[in-house]
Amino acid sequence: MAVLSPLIAVALTVATTFVIFALYGVDPFRGLYIYFVAPLTEGWSREELVVKATPLILIAAGLAVAYLSNNWNIGAEGQFTIGAIAGSAIPILAPDFQTFATLPLMLIMGALGGALYATIPALLKTRFGTNEILTSLMLVYVSLLFLDWIVRGPWRDPMAFGFPNTVSFSDAALIPFIGTGRLNASAIVALVVVLALAAVLARTLKGFEIRVLGESPRAGAFAGFSAKRMTVFAFAVSGALAGLAGIMEVASVIGKLQPVISPGYGFTAIIVAFLGRLNPIGILIAGFVIALSYLGGEAIQSGLQVSSRMAQVLQGLLLFFVLACDTLILYRVRLARPATPTGAPARA
Amino acid sequence: MDQAARSVTHEGKAAPLLATQGLTKRFGALTACDHITWDISHGEVHALLGENGAGKSTLVKMLYGALAPDEGGILWEGRPVAIGSPAEARRLGIGMVFQHFSLFEALSVAENIALALPPRGRRELAETIRKVSREYGLPLDPDAGIADLSVGERQRVEIVRCLLQEPRLIIMDEPTSVLTPQESEILFVTLRRLASEGVAILYITHRLSEVLALAGRATILRRGKLVATADPRVESAKSLARMMIGADVAGIERPGRPEAHLRPRLVLGKLSQPPDGAFSTALADIDLTVSAGEVVGIAGVAGNGQGEFFDALSGEKLLPRADMIVIDGVAVGRQGVNDRRRLGAAFVPEERIGHGAVPALRLSENVVLTRHATDGDIARGLVVHRAAARAIEERVGERFDVRRSGADPRASALSGGNLQKFMVGREIDRNPGILVVNQPTWGVDAGAARTIRQALVDLARSGSAVLMISQDLDEIFEVADRVAVLSGGRLSPLYPAETMTSDQIGLLMGGVHHDHDGAAPVPAQPAEPRHELRHAP
Repeated sequence: MAVLSPLIAVALTVATTFVIFALYGVDPFRGLYIYFVAPLTEGWSREELVVKATPLILIAAGLAVAYLSNNWNIGAEGQFTIGAIAGSAIPILAPDFQTFATLPLMLIMGALGGALYATIPALLKTRFGTNEILTSLMLVYVSLLFLDWIVRGPWRDPMAFGFPNTVSFSDAALIPFIGTGRLNASAIVALVVVLALAAVLARTLKGFEIRVLGESPRAGAFAGFSAKRMTVFAFAVSGALAGLAGIMEVASVIGKLQPVISPGYGFTAIIVAFLGRLNPIGILIAGFVIALSYLGGEAIQSGLQVSSRMAQVLQGLLLFFVLACDTLILYRVRLARPATPTGAPARA
Repeated sequence: MDQAARSVTHEGKAAPLLATQGLTKRFGALTACDHITWDISHGEVHALLGENGAGKSTLVKMLYGALAPDEGGILWEGRPVAIGSPAEARRLGIGMVFQHFSLFEALSVAENIALALPPRGRRELAETIRKVSREYGLPLDPDAGIADLSVGERQRVEIVRCLLQEPRLIIMDEPTSVLTPQESEILFVTLRRLASEGVAILYITHRLSEVLALAGRATILRRGKLVATADPRVESAKSLARMMIGADVAGIERPGRPEAHLRPRLVLGKLSQPPDGAFSTALADIDLTVSAGEVVGIAGVAGNGQGEFFDALSGEKLLPRADMIVIDGVAVGRQGVNDRRRLGAAFVPEERIGHGAVPALRLSENVVLTRHATDGDIARGLVVHRAAARAIEERVGERFDVRRSGADPRASALSGGNLQKFMVGREIDRNPGILVVNQPTWGVDAGAARTIRQALVDLARSGSAVLMISQDLDEIFEVADRVAVLSGGRLSPLYPAETMTSDQIGLLMGGVHHDHDGAAPVPAQPAEPRHELRHAP
């Protein structure tokens, strides 16, 4: 049943999309075809699917660690942003440093930046008992404004004719492309991380600790695990992976820092994490499903003149249905009726 | 039974207050209640007896509307009724006092009671509470905060809340498990008085002495079937136990302590700890030595610091000074639970679900929970070896007769008694030098309790030191070599168990001892037959 729930949710989402298309006055079958099938028919768009799925999967895998251990990191978008800024510091501040070590250093800086930024809500939670959902979310807006300021102010490329962006990264600071389009090596990094995380969660004591503390903090303490240290660990891991996704995004398909570097990957990854049952392999699959919704949104805009906001509607519906399925599978809705002794014996 | 049921359908005046006809409930392949035909009359105290998993709580839940039967029906005063929810049950006049209290600690007595009743004036309610509680010998102050009440007083609140709904049938689930013998006696007086007013009382218990003292009839369930309805006046505890289990229960074997073993293994020196929040008990100046070869029993009523004491011993809460706890010569007061485990200590907490075991995890994973630090082949390097954990799970299951559905089930799939056997077995399997166990047989059936108690004695006699915290005096007398009482976070001096009676322990529970320098405050009377809970009506 637990495996079935995301499938039911996807089916319900498709059905609802069908109805929305019909209400829009679009032939719903054609709409569904253009949204969900057409993007898979061409080579370039299949590559694009991987490009979109990569950051989603990487962030969601990190979030799974946090959510499994009962730490609610909602601020992956901010950690993504700070990771991108931290990693970009190398090609922007030292553009002449171009060696084989440049890129690995950038990735490390990105992961570190994301991890440190995520540690702020973690420490606020362990020290002062603040609600990490609020603080991590609020820090998203801080990071977005910081990015906006830094690309318009100190890090702006003086040769950019007043456009708010930094210098373009040198080749040594860019992740190699491996396809015909925008497909690049960050997909491989994401795949390796997901597989490693799957092994850690399933086989190691740390993975055990994550699950036990998430299920029952009291039993975790009895096993000698510290819930506070786990909070810091889980936030740091999810922040590091979000930061890594951030720097890989700017060091590949974007190639520089600019005011907007993410179409909301950090938030959408929350949906991916739940759709994938907080399981790294499930997240791998869910990442592609959600990436398809981005591509489909663009496809219906150009093909059918339907707003690409449709993609956001669809992602919202999907999360709604996943959570609803989980709840309704575990609980039964019963309408309260007044108690009157009926003539019949209890349900035979 | 059949005759009783028939008389009901024929609309006789003799219709019992409540009767069931062929009431059946199945959970998958298991038939928890198998065609139970049974009745209870006005003014009757009726005991419901049975081992864990015999179907007592399933039956009661159906009567209280918390579970829908698969087959059969319920008759209320001869009329068929469908009880769809506890609210409907309450409207019919069925009240229930649960084993676990459902009170809000931060609210007052009156506020808690108001939550369960239809809205009415505050002052009027307070007056009613005062009047009713006094009338039944359970005096309560409606303005008192629940947090400040003793466990016995909290139960009074539950009972008074139930009484205010003017029930005609009260279901009580193991009501004395949290009471001192003296408090139990007060409860019995109230119950007898209620019965004399025509209220029917269905009394669930596993304490046979209480059945003998209180009940007019006893119904015995075994594996979902009603096996007997007995008259306690002509039965003995032994004959009732035989009906419950289907065989004679052997007492446990307790060979004498070998003198050679008297080497202190667990030494507590002035163990003190400030309270952790408003609802917790401070521990003060606890001195105790547990030696190799013996079981020390810590008696006491719930809420007197047992949980805090256990956490301090296990290291889940660290103490102010290292030398407050010494394990085999090593001061460990500042060290965590796994450090203490590495020194040979093992712990079994009171709460099974969510403390001693994680319900969503498999049994083998629950083996990893407490043994990852001590068993090298479970967590070698940072990798968990499931096969090693599985082997331990198999071994514990075999040795302690843990009934599991299929191989390596989730902990949530086990009944309370089986999970408890597993948790005790998981630690004893390590052959620990020191075992600290809190309420080892709480809510466990007689057969499982015997297994566990025997294992505790055997472990001690093999040279380990066993510290057992228990509210069950029968258990303490059966297992412990020496006894102390924890009351208000302080520990009485230790007494040899054979010199104590349950009345003397009852006095210590009330906190009579605290003049430490005085002579033994409770005169030891070894000649008196001990732990006699039976009270003539």
